[in-house]
Amino acid sequence: MSGRRLAAVALLVTLLLAGGLSFYASSHPDGLEYVADRTGFLDSAEDSATADSPLADYQTRGVEDERVSGGLAGLIGVTAVLGLSGGLFWALRRRGDRGEDGDGGGPPSPGRRSTSVDAGR
Amino acid sequence: MHVPDGFLDAPTSVATGVVAAAGIAVALRKARGELDDRTAPMAGLVAAFVFAGQMINFPVGAGTSGHLLGGALAAVLVGPWTGMLCLSVVLLVQALFMADGGITALGTNITLMGVVGCFVGYAVFRLALLVLPRRLGSVAPAAAVGALVSVPAAATVFTLLFVIGGNAPIDTGAVLTAMLGWHVVIGVGEAVVTGLVVGSVVAVRPDLVHGAQRLVQARTLEVRPSGLAAPARAGEVA
Repeated sequence: MSGRRLAAVALLVTLLLAGGLSFYASSHPDGLEYVADRTGFLDSAEDSATADSPLADYQTRGVEDERVSGGLAGLIGVTAVLGLSGGLFWALRRRGDRGEDGDGGGPPSPGRRSTSVDAGR
Repeated sequence: MHVPDGFLDAPTSVATGVVAAAGIAVALRKARGELDDRTAPMAGLVAAFVFAGQMINFPVGAGTSGHLLGGALAAVLVGPWTGMLCLSVVLLVQALFMADGGITALGTNITLMGVVGCFVGYAVFRLALLVLPRRLGSVAPAAAVGALVSVPAAATVFTLLFVIGGNAPIDTGAVLTAMLGWHVVIGVGEAVVTGLVVGSVVAVRPDLVHGAQRLVQARTLEVRPSGLAAPARAGEVA
Protein backbone atom coordinates (compact mmCIF):
# COMPACT_ATOMS: atom_id res chain seq x y z
CA MET A 1 0.00 0.00 0.00
CA SER A 2 1.39 3.41 -0.91
CA GLY A 3 1.92 5.98 1.81
CA ARG A 4 -0.59 8.21 0.08
CA ARG A 5 -3.30 5.55 0.15
CA LEU A 6 -2.57 4.68 3.79
CA ALA A 7 -2.88 8.39 4.66
CA ALA A 8 -6.19 8.59 2.78
CA VAL A 9 -7.57 5.57 4.66
CA ALA A 10 -6.38 6.95 8.01
CA LEU A 11 -7.98 10.32 7.28
CA LEU A 12 -11.26 8.70 6.21
CA VAL A 13 -11.43 6.59 9.39
CA THR A 14 -10.62 9.66 11.50
CA LEU A 15 -13.35 11.76 9.87
CA LEU A 16 -15.91 8.95 10.22
CA LEU A 17 -15.08 8.55 13.92
CA ALA A 18 -15.23 12.27 14.73
CA GLY A 19 -18.05 13.20 12.38
CA GLY A 20 -20.28 10.13 12.65
CA LEU A 21 -19.55 7.46 15.24
CA SER A 22 -19.02 10.03 18.00
CA PHE A 23 -22.82 10.46 18.12
CA TYR A 24 -23.10 6.91 19.44
CA ALA A 25 -20.39 7.34 22.09
CA SER A 26 -21.36 6.57 25.68
CA SER A 27 -22.56 9.64 27.55
CA HIS A 28 -21.77 8.13 30.94
CA PRO A 29 -19.14 9.97 33.00
CA ASP A 30 -15.60 8.77 32.34
CA GLY A 31 -13.55 6.85 34.90
CA LEU A 32 -12.09 9.96 36.55
CA GLU A 33 -15.43 11.80 36.77
CA TYR A 34 -17.14 8.70 38.15
CA VAL A 35 -14.50 8.14 40.82
CA ALA A 36 -14.53 11.86 41.69
CA ASP A 37 -18.29 11.65 42.19
CA ARG A 38 -18.17 8.47 44.29
CA THR A 39 -15.25 9.52 46.48
CA GLY A 40 -16.51 13.06 46.97
CA PHE A 41 -14.20 15.42 45.14
CA LEU A 42 -16.25 16.11 41.98
CA ASP A 43 -17.62 19.31 43.52
CA SER A 44 -14.16 20.87 43.48
CA ALA A 45 -14.36 20.99 39.66
CA GLU A 46 -14.89 24.43 38.15
CA ASP A 47 -16.26 25.38 34.77
CA SER A 48 -13.54 25.87 32.21
CA ALA A 49 -12.80 29.44 31.11
CA THR A 50 -13.71 28.22 27.62
CA ALA A 51 -17.09 26.80 28.69
CA ASP A 52 -18.75 29.46 26.49
CA SER A 53 -16.76 28.45 23.41
CA PRO A 54 -18.93 27.90 20.31
CA LEU A 55 -17.72 24.29 20.31
CA ALA A 56 -17.91 23.63 24.06
CA ASP A 57 -18.67 20.02 25.00
CA TYR A 58 -18.32 18.97 21.36
CA GLN A 59 -21.54 20.71 20.31
CA THR A 60 -21.65 23.43 17.67
CA ARG A 61 -23.56 26.43 18.95
CA GLY A 62 -26.50 27.42 16.79
CA VAL A 63 -26.92 23.96 15.26
CA GLU A 64 -30.11 22.40 16.61
CA ASP A 65 -29.78 18.82 15.40
CA GLU A 66 -27.63 17.05 17.99
CA ARG A 67 -26.13 14.62 15.50
CA VAL A 68 -25.11 17.39 13.08
CA SER A 69 -23.99 19.67 15.91
CA GLY A 70 -21.72 17.02 17.45
CA GLY A 71 -20.42 15.75 14.12
CA LEU A 72 -19.58 19.26 12.96
CA ALA A 73 -17.73 20.03 16.20
CA GLY A 74 -15.77 16.79 15.77
CA LEU A 75 -14.83 17.59 12.18
CA ILE A 76 -13.76 21.15 13.09
CA GLY A 77 -11.66 19.73 15.94
CA VAL A 78 -10.00 17.17 13.66
CA THR A 79 -9.22 19.93 11.15
CA ALA A 80 -7.69 22.10 13.86
CA VAL A 81 -5.55 19.25 15.22
CA LEU A 82 -4.48 18.18 11.73
CA GLY A 83 -3.55 21.74 10.76
CA LEU A 84 -1.65 22.52 13.96
CA SER A 85 0.20 19.22 14.31
CA GLY A 86 0.75 18.76 10.58
CA GLY A 87 2.30 22.22 10.33
CA LEU A 88 4.41 21.63 13.45
CA PHE A 89 5.73 18.25 12.33
CA TRP A 90 6.35 19.43 8.76
CA ALA A 91 8.41 22.31 10.15
CA LEU A 92 10.30 20.07 12.60
CA ARG A 93 11.19 17.28 10.16
CA ARG A 94 14.72 16.72 8.92
CA ARG A 95 14.49 18.34 5.54
CA GLY A 96 15.77 16.61 2.46
CA ASP A 97 16.60 13.58 4.58
CA ARG A 98 17.51 11.65 1.45
CA GLY A 99 19.21 14.65 -0.10
CA GLU A 100 16.62 14.71 -2.87
CA ASP A 101 14.37 17.70 -2.33
CA GLY A 102 15.73 20.26 0.09
CA ASP A 103 12.59 22.14 0.96
CA GLY A 104 9.71 20.89 -1.14
CA GLY A 105 6.41 22.28 0.08
CA GLY A 106 4.41 19.39 -1.35
CA PRO A 107 3.68 16.03 0.19
CA PRO A 108 6.53 13.49 0.11
CA SER A 109 6.66 10.86 -2.57
CA PRO A 110 5.25 7.77 -0.90
CA GLY A 111 7.40 4.72 -0.59
CA ARG A 112 10.61 6.41 -1.63
CA ARG A 113 12.64 4.94 1.19
CA SER A 114 10.89 1.62 1.31
CA THR A 115 12.58 0.02 -1.70
CA SER A 116 14.74 -2.26 0.43
CA VAL A 117 11.68 -3.34 2.40
CA ASP A 118 9.59 -3.94 -0.70
CA ALA A 119 12.42 -5.96 -2.20
CA GLY A 120 12.27 -8.17 0.86
CA ARG A 121 8.69 -9.21 0.22
CA MET B 1 -9.22 11.27 32.21
CA HIS B 2 -9.40 15.00 31.36
CA VAL B 3 -8.78 16.86 34.61
CA PRO B 4 -11.05 19.93 34.93
CA ASP B 5 -10.02 23.22 36.50
CA GLY B 6 -10.39 23.26 40.28
CA PHE B 7 -9.38 19.68 41.12
CA LEU B 8 -5.76 20.62 41.85
CA ASP B 9 -4.54 23.70 43.72
CA ALA B 10 -2.48 26.43 42.06
CA PRO B 11 1.02 25.29 43.14
CA THR B 12 0.40 21.75 41.89
CA SER B 13 -1.05 23.04 38.61
CA VAL B 14 1.97 25.32 38.16
CA ALA B 15 4.29 22.38 38.88
CA THR B 16 2.62 20.13 36.31
CA GLY B 17 2.62 23.09 33.92
CA VAL B 18 6.40 23.31 34.32
CA VAL B 19 6.75 19.55 33.76
CA ALA B 20 4.61 19.78 30.62
CA ALA B 21 6.46 22.83 29.27
CA ALA B 22 9.85 21.24 29.92
CA GLY B 23 8.67 18.02 28.29
CA ILE B 24 7.46 19.89 25.22
CA ALA B 25 10.72 21.87 24.99
CA VAL B 26 12.77 18.67 25.00
CA ALA B 27 10.32 16.93 22.65
CA LEU B 28 10.57 19.75 20.10
CA ARG B 29 14.30 18.93 19.82
CA LYS B 30 14.10 15.15 20.09
CA ALA B 31 11.14 14.78 17.69
CA ARG B 32 13.40 16.02 14.90
CA GLY B 33 15.16 12.65 15.04
CA GLU B 34 11.84 10.84 14.55
CA LEU B 35 10.41 13.00 11.77
CA ASP B 36 11.38 13.01 8.11
CA ASP B 37 9.62 13.70 4.83
CA ARG B 38 7.66 10.44 5.09
CA THR B 39 6.78 10.32 8.77
CA ALA B 40 5.85 13.99 9.36
CA PRO B 41 2.49 13.74 7.51
CA MET B 42 1.85 10.42 9.31
CA ALA B 43 2.41 12.11 12.66
CA GLY B 44 -0.18 14.77 11.84
CA LEU B 45 -2.68 12.04 11.00
CA VAL B 46 -1.89 10.21 14.24
CA ALA B 47 -2.71 13.36 16.23
CA ALA B 48 -5.99 13.76 14.32
CA PHE B 49 -6.84 10.09 14.90
CA VAL B 50 -6.15 10.39 18.63
CA PHE B 51 -8.46 13.42 18.80
CA ALA B 52 -11.22 11.47 17.03
CA GLY B 53 -10.57 8.36 19.14
CA GLN B 54 -10.87 10.37 22.35
CA MET B 55 -14.41 11.36 21.29
CA ILE B 56 -15.56 7.73 21.29
CA ASN B 57 -16.45 6.91 24.88
CA PHE B 58 -17.12 3.21 25.37
CA PRO B 59 -19.13 1.90 28.34
CA VAL B 60 -17.14 0.03 30.98
CA GLY B 61 -20.08 -0.88 33.23
CA ALA B 62 -21.93 0.63 36.21
CA GLY B 63 -22.69 3.91 34.46
CA THR B 64 -19.05 4.61 33.69
CA SER B 65 -17.25 5.06 30.39
CA GLY B 66 -13.74 5.36 29.09
CA HIS B 67 -12.09 6.41 25.87
CA LEU B 68 -8.82 5.95 24.06
CA LEU B 69 -6.03 8.08 25.56
CA GLY B 70 -3.75 7.31 22.64
CA GLY B 71 -0.35 7.91 24.27
CA ALA B 72 1.00 4.40 23.73
CA LEU B 73 -0.57 4.27 20.25
CA ALA B 74 1.07 7.51 19.14
CA ALA B 75 4.43 6.61 20.74
CA VAL B 76 4.61 3.25 18.95
CA LEU B 77 3.47 4.64 15.60
CA VAL B 78 5.57 7.83 15.40
CA GLY B 79 8.00 7.69 18.35
CA PRO B 80 7.57 8.77 21.98
CA TRP B 81 8.72 12.39 21.55
CA THR B 82 6.56 13.02 18.50
CA GLY B 83 3.75 11.11 20.21
CA MET B 84 3.98 13.42 23.20
CA LEU B 85 3.67 16.41 20.88
CA CYS B 86 0.64 14.77 19.20
CA LEU B 87 -1.09 14.44 22.58
CA SER B 88 -0.13 18.01 23.53
CA VAL B 89 -1.75 19.43 20.38
CA VAL B 90 -4.88 17.29 20.94
CA LEU B 91 -5.18 18.41 24.58
CA LEU B 92 -4.57 22.06 23.64
CA VAL B 93 -7.36 22.03 21.03
CA GLN B 94 -9.70 20.23 23.45
CA ALA B 95 -9.04 22.71 26.26
CA LEU B 96 -9.24 25.84 24.10
CA PHE B 97 -12.20 24.99 21.86
CA MET B 98 -14.14 22.06 23.37
CA ALA B 99 -13.89 23.00 27.08
CA ASP B 100 -12.72 19.40 27.58
CA GLY B 101 -10.10 19.53 30.32
CA GLY B 102 -9.41 22.77 32.17
CA ILE B 103 -7.19 25.64 31.09
CA THR B 104 -5.18 25.78 34.32
CA ALA B 105 -5.27 21.97 34.23
CA LEU B 106 -3.76 21.82 30.72
CA GLY B 107 -0.28 21.17 32.14
CA THR B 108 -1.70 18.42 34.33
CA ASN B 109 -3.46 16.79 31.38
CA ILE B 110 -0.36 17.00 29.17
CA THR B 111 1.69 15.50 32.02
CA LEU B 112 -0.79 12.65 32.56
CA MET B 113 -1.79 11.72 29.02
CA GLY B 114 1.18 13.11 27.07
CA VAL B 115 4.22 12.47 29.25
CA VAL B 116 3.06 9.50 31.37
CA GLY B 117 0.84 7.99 28.64
CA CYS B 118 3.47 8.12 25.90
CA PHE B 119 6.56 7.25 27.90
CA VAL B 120 5.14 4.56 30.19
CA GLY B 121 3.35 3.11 27.17
CA TYR B 122 6.51 3.17 25.07
CA ALA B 123 8.77 1.79 27.82
CA VAL B 124 6.43 -1.14 28.48
CA PHE B 125 6.13 -1.68 24.71
CA ARG B 126 9.94 -1.94 24.46
CA LEU B 127 10.10 -4.33 27.43
CA ALA B 128 7.37 -6.50 25.91
CA LEU B 129 9.28 -6.64 22.61
CA LEU B 130 12.30 -8.01 24.51
CA VAL B 131 10.19 -10.90 25.81
CA LEU B 132 8.21 -11.62 22.64
CA PRO B 133 9.67 -13.38 19.55
CA ARG B 134 11.76 -11.08 17.34
CA ARG B 135 9.33 -10.67 14.46
CA LEU B 136 6.95 -8.06 13.10
CA GLY B 137 3.95 -9.97 14.43
CA SER B 138 5.07 -9.08 17.97
CA VAL B 139 4.75 -5.32 17.46
CA ALA B 140 0.96 -5.09 17.83
CA PRO B 141 0.70 -7.31 20.96
CA ALA B 142 3.59 -5.41 22.55
CA ALA B 143 1.87 -2.10 21.77
CA ALA B 144 -1.33 -3.46 23.35
CA VAL B 145 0.55 -4.36 26.56
CA GLY B 146 2.08 -0.87 26.64
CA ALA B 147 -1.38 0.65 26.18
CA LEU B 148 -2.88 -1.55 28.90
CA VAL B 149 -0.30 -0.41 31.47
CA SER B 150 -0.25 3.26 30.40
CA VAL B 151 -3.86 3.96 31.50
CA PRO B 152 -3.65 2.80 35.15
CA ALA B 153 -0.19 4.44 35.27
CA ALA B 154 -1.73 7.81 34.36
CA ALA B 155 -4.56 7.18 36.86
CA THR B 156 -1.98 6.48 39.59
CA VAL B 157 -0.05 9.67 38.86
CA PHE B 158 -3.30 11.65 38.96
CA THR B 159 -4.10 10.17 42.39
CA LEU B 160 -0.62 11.08 43.66
CA LEU B 161 -1.08 14.64 42.37
CA PHE B 162 -4.43 14.83 44.14
CA VAL B 163 -2.89 13.61 47.39
CA ILE B 164 -0.27 16.38 47.08
CA GLY B 165 -2.47 19.22 45.86
CA GLY B 166 -6.11 18.20 45.67
CA ASN B 167 -8.70 20.83 46.54
CA ALA B 168 -10.84 18.39 48.53
CA PRO B 169 -10.12 16.01 51.40
CA ILE B 170 -10.04 12.42 50.18
CA ASP B 171 -9.44 8.93 51.46
CA THR B 172 -6.26 8.23 49.48
CA GLY B 173 -6.66 4.45 49.60
CA ALA B 174 -10.27 4.54 48.43
CA VAL B 175 -9.50 6.93 45.56
CA LEU B 176 -6.42 4.97 44.45
CA THR B 177 -8.32 1.67 44.55
CA ALA B 178 -11.26 3.10 42.59
CA MET B 179 -9.03 4.90 40.06
CA LEU B 180 -6.90 1.80 39.48
CA GLY B 181 -9.88 -0.54 39.26
CA TRP B 182 -11.76 1.47 36.64
CA HIS B 183 -8.68 2.42 34.66
CA VAL B 184 -7.47 -1.17 34.37
CA VAL B 185 -10.81 -1.91 32.67
CA ILE B 186 -10.47 1.20 30.47
CA GLY B 187 -6.88 0.07 29.79
CA VAL B 188 -8.25 -3.16 28.29
CA GLY B 189 -10.23 -1.05 25.78
CA GLU B 190 -7.09 1.03 25.18
CA ALA B 191 -5.13 -2.17 24.54
CA VAL B 192 -7.70 -3.54 22.06
CA VAL B 193 -7.86 -0.31 20.02
CA THR B 194 -4.07 0.19 20.12
CA GLY B 195 -3.38 -3.42 19.12
CA LEU B 196 -5.84 -3.29 16.20
CA VAL B 197 -4.60 0.03 14.84
CA VAL B 198 -0.88 -0.77 15.20
CA GLY B 199 -1.47 -4.26 13.76
CA SER B 200 -3.26 -2.78 10.73
CA VAL B 201 -0.46 -0.33 9.94
CA VAL B 202 2.26 -2.96 10.53
CA ALA B 203 0.41 -5.27 8.12
CA VAL B 204 0.53 -2.78 5.23
CA ARG B 205 3.53 -0.52 5.91
CA PRO B 206 5.77 -1.75 8.76
CA ASP B 207 8.48 0.65 7.55
CA LEU B 208 6.28 3.59 8.63
CA VAL B 209 5.85 2.29 12.20
CA HIS B 210 8.48 3.79 14.52
CA GLY B 211 8.30 0.89 16.98
CA ALA B 212 8.84 -1.66 14.19
CA GLN B 213 11.89 0.00 12.64
CA ARG B 214 14.52 -2.26 14.19
CA LEU B 215 12.56 -5.35 13.18
CA VAL B 216 12.15 -4.06 9.61
CA GLN B 217 15.90 -3.45 9.42
CA ALA B 218 16.60 -6.90 10.84
CA ARG B 219 14.30 -8.38 8.22
CA THR B 220 15.99 -6.64 5.30
CA LEU B 221 19.36 -7.80 6.66
CA GLU B 222 18.10 -11.37 6.75
CA VAL B 223 16.91 -11.05 3.18
CA ARG B 224 20.26 -10.00 1.75
CA PRO B 225 21.89 -13.46 1.56
CA SER B 226 19.07 -14.64 -0.71
CA GLY B 227 19.61 -11.45 -2.70
CA LEU B 228 23.23 -12.57 -3.30
CA ALA B 229 21.90 -15.82 -4.64
CA ALA B 230 19.57 -13.92 -6.91
CA PRO B 231 20.61 -15.53 -10.25
CA ALA B 232 19.71 -19.00 -9.04
CA ARG B 233 16.39 -17.87 -7.55
CA ALA B 234 15.56 -15.78 -10.57
CA GLY B 235 15.98 -18.94 -12.63
CA GLU B 236 13.52 -20.78 -10.38
CA VAL B 237 10.94 -18.06 -10.63
CA ALA B 238 11.31 -17.79 -14.39
